[in-house]
Amino acid sequence: MSNVNATPAVQNAVVDIRGLNTRFGDAVVHENVNLSVRPGEIFALVGASGCGKSTLLRETIVLQPPVSGSIRVFGHEVIGLDDEQALPLRRRWGVMFERGALFSSLTVSENVAMVLREHTQLGARLIDEIAAVKIALTGLPADAGPKYPAELSGGMRKRAALARALALDPELLFLDEPTAGLDPLSATGIDELVRNLRDGLGLTIMMVTHDLDLMWRAADRVAVLGEGHIVGTGTMAELARIEHPLIHEYFYGPRGRAAREQAWKQR
Amino acid sequence: MTPADTAQLTIQTGAATGTQVRCAGCWTVQGIAALDDRLERVKWPQQGEVTIDGSELAALDTSGAWLLQRTIRGLEARGCTVRIDGLRPQFASLLQLIAARVGAAGMSPPPAAGFLTRAGWQAWQSLLGAARMLSFAGENALALLRAFREPRRWRWRHILYNLQTAGFEALPITGLLSFLMGIVIAYQGAEQLQRFGANIYVADLVGLSMVRELSPLLTAIIVAGRSGSAYTAQIGTMKVTEEIDALRTIGIGPPELLVLPKIIALFIALPLLTVYTDVTGILGGMMMARAKLDVSFTTFLDRLDEAITLRSYLIGVGKAPVFAVIIALIGCYQGFRVTGSADSVGRQTTISVVQSIFLVIVTDALLSIVFSWLDL
Repeated sequence: MSNVNATPAVQNAVVDIRGLNTRFGDAVVHENVNLSVRPGEIFALVGASGCGKSTLLRETIVLQPPVSGSIRVFGHEVIGLDDEQALPLRRRWGVMFERGALFSSLTVSENVAMVLREHTQLGARLIDEIAAVKIALTGLPADAGPKYPAELSGGMRKRAALARALALDPELLFLDEPTAGLDPLSATGIDELVRNLRDGLGLTIMMVTHDLDLMWRAADRVAVLGEGHIVGTGTMAELARIEHPLIHEYFYGPRGRAAREQAWKQR
Repeated sequence: MTPADTAQLTIQTGAATGTQVRCAGCWTVQGIAALDDRLERVKWPQQGEVTIDGSELAALDTSGAWLLQRTIRGLEARGCTVRIDGLRPQFASLLQLIAARVGAAGMSPPPAAGFLTRAGWQAWQSLLGAARMLSFAGENALALLRAFREPRRWRWRHILYNLQTAGFEALPITGLLSFLMGIVIAYQGAEQLQRFGANIYVADLVGLSMVRELSPLLTAIIVAGRSGSAYTAQIGTMKVTEEIDALRTIGIGPPELLVLPKIIALFIALPLLTVYTDVTGILGGMMMARAKLDVSFTTFLDRLDEAITLRSYLIGVGKAPVFAVIIALIGCYQGFRVTGSADSVGRQTTISVVQSIFLVIVTDALLSIVFSWLDL
C-alpha cells in the first residue's frame, strides 16, 4: 500500500495537506495526514463515521485549527489565518454544508443573491439574474427561487445550497456529504450535477462522503481516512485492489460490492 | 483593480461589416460591474449582422457568460443575427451551458402585488388568524373535556413542573415589582392626602388600587413576558424539529401534553401569585405611609380592613384565572403557528407577548365596564 499512500508533493496542487495532526483532548483524530488535490479533479475523502473527515474539511476551510501541520490552499498556508486574512481565499472557494445551512429567513434567490450583494458591486437587477442563473445551473426549476428553504425537499435544498456555494464563481468547491439523506434517485442526480459542474465550469471539487455510488460515478481520486491516517489514495479501481483491512471492509462489505457491481455494469 | 481585471467592450459600426463587438479582459463576477450599465446604454442596430469577437477574452465565468448571453438574446429579439467569433473552446462551452440551462421564461421576477391586493390579503389573514385562534381554543376545550372523562389523561407531572416554573419561580420578580409599585402609589398619594390632612386614607388608596386593579394586571403582564414567551419558544422549536409531528404519530395529542398542563398550571398559579403580590404591594405602601405620612402599621392595617371589602378583593383575584387562560392560550397558539425557520420562532414569540399583554389589558377594561354596569 505504501506506493499508493506516498503521493508525491504535487507542485500546483489546489489543496495540499502535509503532516497534519489533530487532537481533541486525548483523542487523536489525525496523525500525520498527507493529501493533495490536483487542479480540475473531483477528489473524495471517505472513511467511517467519526473518523475525522468532516474535521479535516473544517480545518481546510479555516473553521477550526489543527494542532500542527500544514494546509495550503491555492499555495497559501491557511492555518492560523483569522477571518479577515482568510477572506480573499474564501472568496475563491465555495462550501456546501452537509445540511445545506441555507438561511431559513431568506428565499433561495435571496440566499444566493446575498453573497453577490456582499462581495460585488453589481446592480440589483443583474444580481437577481445571476442568482437565477446559478439556481438554473444546479438543476432547480425557476419557481424554486422565491421559495423558502423550509418549503423545499431534501434534494432541492442540497441543490440550493450548491447554488449559493457557486455564487461567486469559485475555482474550488468543498462539498460535505453531498448525497447524505437523499433517496437513490436524487443522489444520482447529485452525482451527475457534480460531474457536469466540474466539466462545465472547470471547477476543482473536494468532497467528503461515504456514499460509494457517488465515489464510483463521480470521483477521479479517492482517499480513505482511517485510524487517523490516510490508508490509501487512488482511483476507485486502484483502491479496490489494496489489501488494507479497512479499505477491504469498506469496498467488499455488502454495500460496497453492490455499488462496485453497478459501476462495472455501466462501463 | 487594474483595467486588465475588468471587462472591456468596444463597439464599431461599419456599413459593410455590420456591427463589430470586441470583448476583452475579464468577464468575471468581479469585473463586470461597470459593464452592466454600459450595455444598458448601448444603441444597438435595429437589424443586420452583429459579430461578437471574443478572441481577447482573458477570463469568463458564469456571471460574465450570463451577461453575454443576455446581450445576445436581446439582440436576437430585435431581429439581429449574431455571430460569435474567436471564443476559446472552454468559454464557448460555458456559454452554451448557460444558454441551455437558463430558460428565458424563468428569468423575470414575479410582479409585486399592488396596494389593494396587499390590504385585502392582510385583512383576510387577520380574519383567518382570529378564526384559527378560536378553533385552537375549541380544540383545547374538547381535550379538556376528554381529560375529565378519562382521569388518567391528566399529566400531573407536567402540571406540577409548569406550576413550579410559571408560578413558584416567578415569586421573586413579581413580589419585588409589586412592592415597588405599592411604594410608588403611596408616595404619589402622600402629597395630595397630606394637603387635606387625610393621611389615613393612604390605606384606601394603596389597598383598593392594588387589590382590585394593579396587582392582577401587573402579575399578568410579568407572567405573559416570562412564561407566555417561553411557551411560544418551546412549542415553536418543537415544531421546527418535528417533535410535534412525532407526538401525533405516537398517538399523543399535542394539546393534551403541551397545552392543557400549561393552562391548568397557570390557572392555579396566577391567582396565587396575585394574592401574593396583593400582600407585597400593600407592604410597600405601608412602609411608605409610615415614612412619609406617619401612619403606623397598626393604624394602616385597621383602616385597610374597612377599606377593602371582600367583594373588591374577590373581583381582583377573580380576574387572574381569566388572564391566565388568555396568556397560556395565546402563548401556545403562537408556538403552533411557527413554520420551520429560526426567524419564525423569534417572530411568533414577539407576537405572542404583544398579543397576550394587549388582550389582558383589553379584557381588564371590558371587565371594569361590566362590573360598573352591575354596580359591583
